[in-house]
Formats: sequence, structure tokens, C-alpha cells
Amino acid sequence: MASAALEPATSLVEDRGRGFAGRWYRTPSFVAGLLILGTLIGLALAAPLVTRYSPTAQDLHHTLSGSSSQHWLGTDQLGRDVWSRLVYAGRVDLKVGFLAVLLPFLIGTTLGSLAGYYGGKLDMLIAYLVNVVVAFPFYVLIIAMSFVLGPGERSIYIAITFVGWVSYTRIIRAEILVAKRREYVEAAKVAGLRDSRIIVRHLLPNVIMQAVIFAMSDIILSLAAIVTLGYLGLGIQPPTPDWGDMIAGGQNFITTKWQLSVFPGLCVVLTGLGLSLLADGVNDLMRPE
Amino acid sequence: MSEPAAPLLEVRDLQVRIPLSRGTVRAVDGASFTVGVGGAMGLVGESGCGKSMTLRAVMGLLPRPAEITGGQVLFAGEDLATARASRIRELRGRGIAMIFQEPMTALNPVMKVGAQIAEGPYAHLGYGRRKARERAIELMQLVGIPDPVRRSQSYPHELSGGMRQRVMIAIALSCEPQLILCDEPTTALDVTIQDQILKLLLRLREELGMSIVFVTHDLAVIAQTCQTLAVMYAGEVVEAGTVHEVFHQPRHPYTLGLLRSVPDPVDVRDVLDSIPGSPPDLVAPPPGCRFAPRCPFAEDDCLEGRKPLLPLEGDRASACIHPDRAAESVREQPVITGV
Amino acid sequence: MDRLSYIASRLLQVIPVIFGCTLVCFFMLHLVPGDPARTMLGVHATPQGVARLHREWGLDQPLWRQYLDYLNRLVHGDLGTSLFYNLDVAQLIKDHLPPTLWLLFLSALMSVLIAIPLAMLAASKPDGARDQVVRVVPMIGLGMPAFWTGIILLILFALNLGRVFPVGGYGHGFTGHVRSMILPSLTVALFISPILIRSLRASLLEVLQADYVTTARAKGIPERRVMIKHALRNGVISMVTVLGLNIAYLVGGTLVVEQVFALPGIGQLMLAAIFQRDFTVVQAIALVFAILVVLINLLTDIVHAMLDPRVRFD
Repeated sequence: MASAALEPATSLVEDRGRGFAGRWYRTPSFVAGLLILGTLIGLALAAPLVTRYSPTAQDLHHTLSGSSSQHWLGTDQLGRDVWSRLVYAGRVDLKVGFLAVLLPFLIGTTLGSLAGYYGGKLDMLIAYLVNVVVAFPFYVLIIAMSFVLGPGERSIYIAITFVGWVSYTRIIRAEILVAKRREYVEAAKVAGLRDSRIIVRHLLPNVIMQAVIFAMSDIILSLAAIVTLGYLGLGIQPPTPDWGDMIAGGQNFITTKWQLSVFPGLCVVLTGLGLSLLADGVNDLMRPE
Repeated sequence: MSEPAAPLLEVRDLQVRIPLSRGTVRAVDGASFTVGVGGAMGLVGESGCGKSMTLRAVMGLLPRPAEITGGQVLFAGEDLATARASRIRELRGRGIAMIFQEPMTALNPVMKVGAQIAEGPYAHLGYGRRKARERAIELMQLVGIPDPVRRSQSYPHELSGGMRQRVMIAIALSCEPQLILCDEPTTALDVTIQDQILKLLLRLREELGMSIVFVTHDLAVIAQTCQTLAVMYAGEVVEAGTVHEVFHQPRHPYTLGLLRSVPDPVDVRDVLDSIPGSPPDLVAPPPGCRFAPRCPFAEDDCLEGRKPLLPLEGDRASACIHPDRAAESVREQPVITGV
Repeated sequence: MDRLSYIASRLLQVIPVIFGCTLVCFFMLHLVPGDPARTMLGVHATPQGVARLHREWGLDQPLWRQYLDYLNRLVHGDLGTSLFYNLDVAQLIKDHLPPTLWLLFLSALMSVLIAIPLAMLAASKPDGARDQVVRVVPMIGLGMPAFWTGIILLILFALNLGRVFPVGGYGHGFTGHVRSMILPSLTVALFISPILIRSLRASLLEVLQADYVTTARAKGIPERRVMIKHALRNGVISMVTVLGLNIAYLVGGTLVVEQVFALPGIGQLMLAAIFQRDFTVVQAIALVFAILVVLINLLTDIVHAMLDPRVRFD
């Protein structure tokens, strides 16, 4: 009996996978997103190989210089190589950006599954929590938390987790509300499967993609938050390079060397573009032909 | 019953294609029929045979990415298939109007029904606001909506299904069209309401002298409302003629199959005859007669070459190259006993 | 249930949420590792100063007691005293509120004005050239941090092309205010509009496939009327919802933008307070922001109900 109940669910998941594997290279947005992100991540990972100078090495004799064969993008106000700072900052920012959505994803998905599956008072409680957290503007809360917890990487993770789980809860809850009415769930229940097994093995695999797609745009948001915090001096602390910190540093020189402030922002935009394209691509692939 | 002198609507070999990623669907692949002034024609066939697409093609309202790729749609002599968009728009409402199947989704949910009925006269005929409103109330009375002044202030979701369909009919009549296209207007309604709406349409046709094209899969509705009939299968019109003739003497095996599959309340049969098999894939339809795979009378020459609609005697036409087979079968086993 | 009772019931729903927000703000103080008073005073910690804060914040009392005192003070409009300026926080906030409110209003307005035409352009010919362009815009826009957009606009308009707009500050008099508001509002509007464009485009596409749009076209009315009176009128409803959902975002955006353009609003006040380790102000402004968001959300809910007659008031 139990195996009969398992069959329909697994075949649903498998079918999606087959369609995916066959078509991904034909979907332009997916490929483009993958290329852009791949390049950025590749550069970040290979930082020591693609840069010549340390991002923190100052050279006070050659400050604010233009691009040359020595310094591809010139130097900043303390003589540091801009290109190398960009790459190393990317290393930190991208890492923190990706990691920061992990906990919200896990917590939000769990809470959303519980709320959607069980409904009732649990759902009401979680909905209330969502309403309260959502009332605080993302940046306000993050800034306040950085203040309270002290600046730096750890506070970023805590702050983003505190605020970020909400969207995943909403998405998963909505999907589960719909999915739990499907026959294969009824069949699993009749077969006597435990709730936790039903949720994890049968419901989640089919609804998780929406959360994953959202996670991709969430990384953009958390990256923007990290960079903003860096700009305000509340995020990743110097001397560790950070795009936001670079923009802040360059703001005094926008009349003479505007590149200092603009380039790090472009990196963020590029990452965002890559992630958006990827998310769009995955969305397209998810849709049946 | 003779054909009126100049047909109001003449569709000749209409072709509608829908380009999809898996191939081009030939949704309508040779539809031909005529509707006279004051005539009532039924367009019947199963789901997916292209009858709705045909209606929409006439109005120029095909959903993206479908488009007319051939044939002519002659309305009072003018070919709408090649007319300019502005001309088509001009004709909509005034020359040709349409009624849709699902009144709940076919009415704007955030606009009062009175305003929706008045919109045609207001924005298309150029009536002033007050005059348009009065016209709307007039129309609501005409279609039998009680307490029209109050009702005109309601929103669609506040009305019952039958009421909504009456509103749709009022909208269709609002610019005094010569031809009304009805796309399964009663399918979504209760049987009792169905009857009311059909009677209403007939009455309006008599009083206002309009022509009607009735698309449906329900033969009983055709029997009740239409004078002439065209049967569609897999994107083609396969038979045409008056309702009386076609019902009593079908000249295409598909028509025969349709007639046999209708439950007859008078002659209760033990077994319901349905046509075995299913309609062909319209991306790659079979060569030759499209019905041949399911046809009990199919022969070798049915499997090759396109089978266009060929005129028989009078106004009759059939795409079957062995039209008498069907007729023979009926002689042996009559279909309609009580009509 | 009629409209008034709907508004009243929504207001009632709002109250527990505001309570929750006060709880969050209250606990902020206690998230601080170690003795909050000492940490807050930091370098300036003196035994007297610490003792004074302990008294003022009632840190010796049990937690629930502290919370009730806090609530009590809130209800009386007492948001505490600034550690840095030694002034009444409520008054400080009142003085700094107008620029922020202006910024919020103008940004919301601008973002809608940007989103609607772009979305309509894209939806009228899906997958066409214009649509592709409009679809890429949010992808780039979402990745642009608000403050960076502000800096770009500064470089472009305040420093270069004609120096039309002031580099910062609030300006004098009404026209001065408005002039200084344009770039900041545009920045926040650009920050928020990608989300609006995306969702409005999606809902317009959906609406344009709807049967009632076909009905409207079948009436032969001009296409422009179909787009505006039928498609947009329905599509905008979900955009209002999306705007409401993202109000928190909008408000958050103003905070950073105030910093970039040196606008003396409560956002800048909060940031300054952070650097001055002025906890009372930070806590108070966080609460004010939350309440602002909740109230604006309520407003968008009401607007939504007014636009959509299908909303059942129960």
C-alpha cells in the first residue's frame, strides 16, 4: 500500500527533472544568467590568480591614478589597486550574500510548511509573526540590529535571518495550501504515512522550486543590503574590502575620479542581472511546454 | 426553403493557424459557409474542431498567436480577412456582435453592468452620456432583466448566471448589429435558464431581423434555434445544409455519428453509440479525409488527397466522397424519430 | 458589512501588530551583549552615567515590568530623551518628519508614474522589442542599491548636466524644498519601480487574455479605451497590492537616500544616532518607521477595497 502511495509523487518530481535536463541549454535567459554568474564567481574564487596586488596594499606615491598596464583600473585615494579591491571585495560580498539567505530559506520553508499544512492556530500565529516582522522596513531593522549587535559579518547574518525568513514562509505556505489538496497527498494520508514524511517526501519536492527561484532574487536583495551596510560603515569592516565601503570611500572624489564609486556598484548590478536572468530561466524551464 | 438573394456573411475556405513551439496547429483548415440576412445558422462540432476559432476569426478577435492565413470572410461583400484593423473595429458592434460562453469572465468585474451595456453606444456610436444610459436601460428591458434601473448599478458578481448572460446579450445588441455570433452562449447555464435564453434569442431575432450564427456542440440547441447548419470536424466544415435535411438525411459519416450519439428520449436505446477513436492532432493531420481513421465506411480513396466541401443538390454540401453511405445507413436505421 | 465597518475592523487588526512592533523595539535593547547601559555609553561610561541609565530605563526591574513601563510611556507620547542631544526624542522626531514624509509621498507617486506607462508599453505587444527592453529594466534595476543610484544621479544631474538640482540638503521655502526633493524621490522611485513594473506587466498580460477584454474589443470601442478602462483598471488593483507589500521597502529606501542627499529626515536622524550611540533615538525611530509602514499598508488596503468591488467586507 505504502509503495503505491509513493509512486505518483516520485514520478511527478522525476518528470520535471527530465524536462529540465533536456532543455536548459536552449533557454537563453538561463544560459546568459549562468554565464554572467559563472564569470563573476569564477573571478572571485580565483582572486589570487587574477590580481597582482593585495587589496589592502597602499602606495601613497601613486594615489588616484588612471588605468595603466600596472593597475588595470587605476588606484584609489590610498594608492590601492582598484581592480584587486573589486575582486577581493566581490569574494567577500558574494560569499556573504549567498550564505546569508541560507538560514532564512531553511527557517522560512519550515515555518511555511507547518503553517500551510496544519493551518488553524499555528497558521494564525505564524501569520501574526509575519505581519509584525514585515512592518519593519528591511533596512531599518538591519541597521538597528547592526547597531545593537555591533557591526561586522556575524550581525549581518543574524539581521538578515531575522527579517528574511518571511518571504519564504509566505511562498511555501501558499504552495502547500494548494498542493495538499492533490490526490497523492490524500493517498499518502490514507496509506498511514506520518505527517512529517508526507511534508518532506511528497509535498516539499514539488513546491520547493518556487522558493529556490525566490532565493535567487533574495540573494540580490541581501547583497544590496550588505553593500548598503558597508556604505554606511555598519557592515563588513575595513580593512576587509567591500563594495559598499569602496563606494563610500570614493564619494569624496566623484568630481575627479567618479569610477571609484561607480565601478563597485556596477559589480553589484551585474551580479543582480545574472541572478535575475538565471531565475527567469529557471522559471521558464519550470513551465511545461 | 430557398437561400436569400445576397448572403450577409460568406466564409470561403478560411484558414487559421496557431504557431506553437511544437509545430503549427491548423486550427481551421478550410471552413466555408454562408449566412443569409435574417438567417440562423448553427455551427456544430466537438471541442477543438475549430468552431470557436472560426467565429473569432470573423470578428478579428483571434487570441495571440493565432492568425488568419488564408481564405475570405465576406461580410456584405467586404473581405474582413484582409481589411484594415480600423475598418474591422468599425464593424464590430455595429455590423457584427458576439456573445461569449462564460458570462462571469466575459464581463468586466469592476464596472457596473449598466455602464458596460452603455459603453458601446457611448464610445462607439458617439451617444452622449445620458442617451447612452437610457439606451442601456431600454436594452435591459428588451432582454428581460427585471427592475433595470436598479440593476444597472450592479456589478457582474452580484448577478445570477442567467442575468449575466442577458447582460451579454444586451451588450451585443447595443449598437444594433446585423449579425450576432454566439459562442456556446448557453453551455455554462442551467437547463431551465438555457431554454429561457434560447427563446429570448429567437424572439429578438424575429423582432429585430438580425442574423445569428450559433456555435455549439449540442445538437438539441441547433434543432431548436437554427434554420441552416454547418458541421465542423478537425478544422474543416464537412457538411452543410438546412437543419431539417441534415438531421434527417446526413450526408457525412461524422454527422451520422454525431446524430447517433445523442440520447433519444423517445426511442430509448440500450447502448449509447459514440464514435470510436479521437480527433486527429491538428499539427500534423492525416492525409486524405481527416475523419477516415474513425469512419466505418472508409475506403482506400478516402485516405489520399484533401477532401474539400463539395456542393450537392440545392444548398447541400458535403466533404465526403461517398455521401450516400451515410444516407443509406440512415434509411436502414433512422436517427430522428420524433422531429 | 459596509465600507466604514471594514475600515474599522482593519484598524482593529492593526493594533496587535503595532503591539508586536513595540515588543520588538523593546527587546532590541536587551539583545545587546553585556550591560546595555555600559555598552551604549561606551567610551563615555562613568559610574554615574551608567547608574542614571539604569534608573531611567528601569533595568533593575523585572522584564515584564520594564515592558509595561515602556508601553505606558509610549501611550503618553514619551519616546524618551536623547542620550546625545539631551532633548525630548518625540520632539526631535516631529522636527525631522516632514522631509521623510514628503520623500515617501513623492517617491510613491513617481514610481507609479514610471511603472504604469512602461508596463502598458510592454504588455501591449508581448515578446516584442519594447517588451524585451522593459523586461530587462527590472533585472538591472533590482540589483542597483538605492544609495548607488542616488550617487549616479548626483553625478549626472547635480554635478554635470547643467547642475540643475542641488547636491543635497533641504532647500529653503516651498520651491526650494521641492527642487531638493526631486533627485532623492527619483532615486527611491527607481529603486522601487522594478518590482512594480514586473508585477503590473504580469497582471496586465493576464488581464489582456481575459474574456472581458475580448468582449470590450468586440464592442468596437477604441483600443486605447480598452487598455485604460478595462485592462489597466483591473491590472492596477494587483499593483496596489504589490505596492502595499513593498511599502516597507519604499520606506527603507528613503532611509539610505536621505543619507546620500543629506536630507534632514528621520532616516538621517537615525543614522546619526547610530554613530552617536544614541540608543533611545534609534529605538524610537525604528518604532516610528514600523508604525508608518503599518499605517500606509492599511491605507493601501483601503484603496484596494475601494478599487475592487468584489472585495467582500467580512
